[in-house]
Amino acid sequence: MGNALHLENVTMQFGGVVSVNDLSIDVPEHKIIALIGPNGAGKTTAFNCITGVYQPTNGLIEFMGRPMVRNHPTGKALKTYKGENAGKFANDPVLAPAPDEITGLGIARTFQNIRLWKSMTVFENVLVAKHQRAKQNVFSATFRGNLAEEKRMRDETMDLLVEQGLDAYKDELAVSLPYGLQRRLEIARALATSPKLLLLDEPAAGMNPQETAELADFVRQIREKYDLTVFLIEHHMDLVMNVSDYIYVIDFGSEIARGIPEEVQNNRRVIEAYLGVSD
Amino acid sequence: MVQKKRSYTALIGITVLLLFVILLENLGNFIPGLPQVLTPTSPLFTVLKKAAVYSLVAVSMNLLNGFTGLFSLGQAGFMLLGAYTYAILTVPTAQKEQVYYLFEGCAFDFSLVDMFEGIFGNHGAGGAIAMILACLLALILAGCVAGFFAYLIGFPVLRLKSDYLAIATLGFAEILRAIFQWQKLGKVTNGANMIKGFPTFTNFNITDSSGAVILRLSTFVPFLISSLCIVVIVLLINSSYGRAFKSIRDDEVAAEAMGISLFKHKMLSFVISSFFAGVGGALFAMYVANAQAKAFTSVMTYEILLIVVIGGIGSVSGSVLATFLYVACSEWWLRFLDSEQYIGNIKVPLLRNGFRMVVFSVVIMVIVLFFSQGIMGNREISLGALIRKFSPKKERKQ
Repeated sequence: MGNALHLENVTMQFGGVVSVNDLSIDVPEHKIIALIGPNGAGKTTAFNCITGVYQPTNGLIEFMGRPMVRNHPTGKALKTYKGENAGKFANDPVLAPAPDEITGLGIARTFQNIRLWKSMTVFENVLVAKHQRAKQNVFSATFRGNLAEEKRMRDETMDLLVEQGLDAYKDELAVSLPYGLQRRLEIARALATSPKLLLLDEPAAGMNPQETAELADFVRQIREKYDLTVFLIEHHMDLVMNVSDYIYVIDFGSEIARGIPEEVQNNRRVIEAYLGVSD
Repeated sequence: MVQKKRSYTALIGITVLLLFVILLENLGNFIPGLPQVLTPTSPLFTVLKKAAVYSLVAVSMNLLNGFTGLFSLGQAGFMLLGAYTYAILTVPTAQKEQVYYLFEGCAFDFSLVDMFEGIFGNHGAGGAIAMILACLLALILAGCVAGFFAYLIGFPVLRLKSDYLAIATLGFAEILRAIFQWQKLGKVTNGANMIKGFPTFTNFNITDSSGAVILRLSTFVPFLISSLCIVVIVLLINSSYGRAFKSIRDDEVAAEAMGISLFKHKMLSFVISSFFAGVGGALFAMYVANAQAKAFTSVMTYEILLIVVIGGIGSVSGSVLATFLYVACSEWWLRFLDSEQYIGNIKVPLLRNGFRMVVFSVVIMVIVLFFSQGIMGNREISLGALIRKFSPKKERKQ
């Protein structure tokens, strides 16, 4: 099996600050890959580059073997560029799809700080995520020429909610749910976009140990059920070591280690990065 | 199923309202010696007509500001486009010479009214059909012109956010107003003068051969057109696209990440809102019986914004309710504040021309400070719920 996601020399520079530096990551299909690192290491920035929120300053991102995002520094950006491999993609055309186009390709994400639509119910939150793939236009939708499509969307949403155990809350406002369920709803919403690759940004943040343990099983379950590849950022080491097949560790934007959980756990540089250097 | 039942109640509600309006404005035909309020010249009907027109514009603004979260202040500009399109297209050719006398005739020697009269004749039923079709087509075209301009300026403007968008659209409306008053365009827009002579609401009254009114429809017509348009907007809001609009309002980043194309949906909302603002502008021209750029100032936009805020940003029924209250207050109920009043022999202090606006401002400040959600917040009036509330409990089924 090939790579679902492939990052090659991705650098993201904001002014003089290099948030992600020459990062190369492979996310093989159907695996659970984790990206860890101390606070401010650039993990979420890397996610934002993949999902099109930011256009990386340099580098290539391939999805399912096809180039999806590509950029190289030019002009003023080249003068101030502090990263490496500035010339590597200089002859390739720039690719900069919008976040919704990337979602359309099959990448869905959740957010570190939950971003549910607060005036909408649980049901609607999931239903909206179905909008992009619905076969309808604004006229057929307004004048109800899309009843079959609308029914299909509603049925699928309901199935998804039942499966995620959220059906009891379907008419409640999304923000009125307890924290753990809000996280779960975000994942349900991401699943509703029919993704092939799911990016989870700190899915266990704010969860208690019990919920965290459940989350690990849950991630595995949805991977099987939806034939997903999962790429996650996490701080809870228990969860990361438990759930992931392979781990990338970054600090100050650069990779400092990679390997299967046992290797990473005993890596000196990783321990130093997390606990500080002792001499 | 519940959804369907609700739509039926709403539909019945609107039909009843429309029938009631017909009845109300024709009461004078059946019952002589009515109180002054119910006679055709009473301010009641002025208020009803204007409010019907304004409610459409307010709802269209709410679609953009309340449901898509785009703070746009270009409403008057799109109304102006609609009003002028309607006026230019429907002034009968025979009257153009007279209307455009300062510019020695109109460059645009065509009238939808004449065109349809050419097909259906200009007498009796044929004439009526011709006028109705001409007005309908002109209204739709008025909306299309406004929507088209919205599409054009949408490209640069919709990249802006919040206050910047408001300033840009406000500027656009002001530029339009200046262009339409430009003397060099006089052959089309009649310069700074008004265009008149086109069919207005009173033309829809059914008269006998001597010109006496048999059935008055001049209040019914704006009600009918406005409610049709509002129904379409509500259908849109409750559709998949409406939900996408709301998701953009709530959180753009999440909406984009869930596959909602921001630009496409903002543009859709902007164009549709402007389309209905254009229709509203055409209706406004029919209401005042003339089209003049001077009327479509930013003050008009603020008035409509105020209505939307009072009614509740994100509530269609709130906007409609607020429109009727606002128009009734400004055109009728608070008029007495503008002239000197005496209680017995004592002159009431402060009352003079313009005092109405002072009271208005105070009321608005109170609303904004203490009822920042407006009358309705983002809830809707549901007829079913009202009926259930007022019906005896034993009749309730489950």
